[in-house]
Amino acid sequence: MIIDMYAAGIAAVFGLLGIGLYGLMTLRNLIKVILSLQIIGKAAVLAVVVAGSISGEIAIAQSMAASVIVADTLVAVIGLALAVQMQRCHGSLDLRTLSMKFHTPPEAENGG
Amino acid sequence: MLSVAAVLVMLFSALLSISVRWLLTAALWLAVTSAGAAALLYMLGAHEIAVIEFSVGTGLVPVLFVFAMSLMGRTSSMPTPIIPRTAAGGLALLCLVLLGLTLLPINTAGQDKVPITFSQILWQDRSLDMLVQIVLIFAGIISVLNILRRTDAEPPGIRHDH
Repeated sequence: MIIDMYAAGIAAVFGLLGIGLYGLMTLRNLIKVILSLQIIGKAAVLAVVVAGSISGEIAIAQSMAASVIVADTLVAVIGLALAVQMQRCHGSLDLRTLSMKFHTPPEAENGG
Repeated sequence: MLSVAAVLVMLFSALLSISVRWLLTAALWLAVTSAGAAALLYMLGAHEIAVIEFSVGTGLVPVLFVFAMSLMGRTSSMPTPIIPRTAAGGLALLCLVLLGLTLLPINTAGQDKVPITFSQILWQDRSLDMLVQIVLIFAGIISVLNILRRTDAEPPGIRHDH
């Protein structure tokens, strides 16, 4: 029964990691990119706890998972704040639009 | 059986959160993903982390997403992807296969160790890490306050003579 639990945990880690990577590669909206990072962070937390549970070091795994949760939440907070400023300053959250805007040479912007 | 149900709920809601058009709905599906992850963590024996994940992932993070969306005034977006979906799916699958080949099979030896409590590890062995995390949280709060500050004042050096 406990092996089934580990198998479910490993399947969850791989599934969440795959969904997060797929989202990072396909999505162009900044909010959705942060959301994909959150999904990958959940996969990381689960991976640490599953590894700790398998090796019998669940307390160490939990303390490390706490660090992962803190870092993941801070990434979301700072990423969302940056997205708000991007929307205010440039009027867009589309990654392609933003990269085109940042890589346009000044001569082209001035019409010369 | 419960663990399999939690995994299915988690994967289904994660898939919905990246595929729905409305950002608010996506944030709510992310909260459901966190709830499933918390349930699985509890079943794996990580009770404290399950509670933290449930309160942070289901309570705090979706509220932050909704707050950011209300500040931006944008709630939907579905542009065409940068990488074609089939190529992205193939690359993600390749990453998972390589990771699986590296990690599996998992050695389950060493489960009969002397148990140490979570609080003992957290507050004694990793006390420096806890201190750094507290500093990190405050640094994050200060950064966000600085990023979100409206700079209505003119930059120095610009004068208007009326």
